Amino acid sequence: MITATNLTKIYSGTTVLNIEHLNIPTGQSFGLVGNNGAGKTTFFSLLLDLLQPTTGSIFNHDITVSQSEEWKPFTSSFIDESFLIGYLTPEEYFYFIGDLRQQNKADVDALLANFEDFFNDEILGRRKYLRDLSKGNQKKVGIVAALIGNPKVVILDEPFANLDPTTQIRLKKIIKELTNQGDTTFLISSHDLIHITEVCERIVVLDKGVLVKDIMTSQATLQELESYFSKELQNEA
Amino acid sequence: MFKRLISLELKSFFRSASFGKSIGLKILMGFLGLYFTAMFLLFGVGLYSLIKEYFPNEIPIFLANRFVLIWLVLELGYRFMLQTLPVLNIKPLLILPVKKRKVVNFVLIKSLYSFFNFLPLLIIIPFGLFNIYKNEFETLPVLAWMLAMFGLTLTVNFANFIIKKRFTDNLKALVPIAVVGVTLALLDYFNIFQSSVWFGKGLDKIIEQPALSLIPVAVFLLLYKWNQKNLEGKFYLDGSLKTKVKSADTNQFLWTRRFGELAPYLQQDLKLIWRNKRPKSAIFMSLLFLGYGLFFYTQDSYYDNPWFFVFVGIFITGIFMLNFGQFVPAWDAGYYPMIMAQNIPLKKYLTAKAGLISFSVVVLTILATPYVYFGWRIFLLNIACAIYNIGINTPLLLYSGSFNRKRIDLDKSPFMNYQGTGAAQWIIGIPLLVIPVLLFWLFYKFISFESGMIFLVTAGLIGIFLRNQAIGFIAQVYKRKKYAMIEGFKQKGD
Repeated sequence: MITATNLTKIYSGTTVLNIEHLNIPTGQSFGLVGNNGAGKTTFFSLLLDLLQPTTGSIFNHDITVSQSEEWKPFTSSFIDESFLIGYLTPEEYFYFIGDLRQQNKADVDALLANFEDFFNDEILGRRKYLRDLSKGNQKKVGIVAALIGNPKVVILDEPFANLDPTTQIRLKKIIKELTNQGDTTFLISSHDLIHITEVCERIVVLDKGVLVKDIMTSQATLQELESYFSKELQNEA
Repeated sequence: MFKRLISLELKSFFRSASFGKSIGLKILMGFLGLYFTAMFLLFGVGLYSLIKEYFPNEIPIFLANRFVLIWLVLELGYRFMLQTLPVLNIKPLLILPVKKRKVVNFVLIKSLYSFFNFLPLLIIIPFGLFNIYKNEFETLPVLAWMLAMFGLTLTVNFANFIIKKRFTDNLKALVPIAVVGVTLALLDYFNIFQSSVWFGKGLDKIIEQPALSLIPVAVFLLLYKWNQKNLEGKFYLDGSLKTKVKSADTNQFLWTRRFGELAPYLQQDLKLIWRNKRPKSAIFMSLLFLGYGLFFYTQDSYYDNPWFFVFVGIFITGIFMLNFGQFVPAWDAGYYPMIMAQNIPLKKYLTAKAGLISFSVVVLTILATPYVYFGWRIFLLNIACAIYNIGINTPLLLYSGSFNRKRIDLDKSPFMNYQGTGAAQWIIGIPLLVIPVLLFWLFYKFISFESGMIFLVTAGLIGIFLRNQAIGFIAQVYKRKKYAMIEGFKQKGD
């Protein structure tokens, strides 16, 4: 369970995030939508204690993230390429993450075997360093690495961006399978309304740091989101 | 068009992320530049009279000519290490309506304005003017000589780029050329075949036949054309603009497994050092500086001031510690958010770094054992210094790392690279080197050499004994400064 209370982040007078209360129950697949600058990445960074909140705090399974490091063993994430180590090969990177999460080589190999399709033969056994992979392939490595070690909380910032269509579809399948098993909480942000409504049970819309919509996904959700985001255009017309 | 390219160039200079940030460094570089300018100018002005005074039977210009070849080879050497053609900057221009030839010419002509081309002029012009002034020769031949010399400088300028293009990927291919060069140098040295003299005689001919000065100029122009063709042909994304992809050796460092809990971190750090240019150079530096002791141990005057050997001992056994440790954790800047968000307790992270540094101290101490040749006292003092390095200096360096806010791009060349260097790096050198020397000196002065040594060992052992607590404390400091570090490491630009 993840709870944010009175959470604000203010940069030199500009409020970039202001969430009074947000509660994400365990096992939920939670989607975060919003235009550029809405505060999605800021929220994730606060949740990972990469930024210091101006006020308030975030609790990850009852642990205050800015006070203790105890949330790290069960939380994994992929925000951007600064989560990859450029001079490692994908395999080395996976094993390294595995080591950090008490998974031995065999465990990691077993997990990777499930992603053979996803990797499309472009990642494993190519003797290439991560820094030399294309952006899309780097992203694949980061996403899969975030799934190593049965984390209870998985945070993915825009996982669909930069991926080719086939991989996007595969990724949706993977996320759905994992959330159906029940106890993993997924937090995903995306600019793609179709993808996110497909994978997430709940969708929250941020606008300039403020929570403006909180919807449990249904048939009507996509339409609702589309009309919300085209509101301004309609107003102009 | 050229004007626009120049304005782009100026903007990239003034708008670079670090501009204005490291004023101290800029001033230092400025002073170095001034220093070299002054030295060269002084040499250029004084050369004529110096030769007249020490070699009264020689004609100055002919004598100078004999050393030109050696100078050119040295020049090529340091240019090879320090000067690169900044081709990557032109990538954004690829899709814009700018003629290729223009961009290529711009890059090449820009290289003419390098400091390296300016320095030799400071010798050539005053020396030439003196020759004219003293009426040694007619004006025209001397002017021709000056032209030829400048032509040679520019030839070296462009030859360097060709050589770099050829050999940076494949240093082994350089071996036969190096062998030929060394052979020629040896033949020269033992007066068997003096290529430098023959080269000088060729230059002497210019004084007789001023038209010959056009040969070096022609060579320079030819090399310019060659470079131009080279660049134009490679003006594609998969040509010279592409960064090189190396095939990875995935079996490295598996032996670190036996270090248990810290194994993944150690393996990580070893890969970091081995696979990236800049940290790798720290290893070579360490081996190079092992020889540092020879400067001091061989001179009797230092034996009256043995405190100086403490400095040498700390330095020799700790050079890797200083080189690598001062940039912890900036080495990991590229993925610092991951380190912070992953399941990596800070304390373990720091313990691993401390372990690696201590390991390097042990290795360097072992490699320094041949210094026992200069006496047991030096050998034992080095061991005492090593223990002090492990116990006291290592935690101190890690602590100073919490002041690091500057990113290091691992792949940039290590030569003259001050990226990631800030005031903290300069200040930390003082306590690391000065404190042990000072304390040893006190003991040596008032008690004895041995007591000083015992002090160093005791201090080191206490440090080792309390390491766990010290690192726990340092981890707290890192944690407090974590957000500022993440923010700082994000800033790109040199």
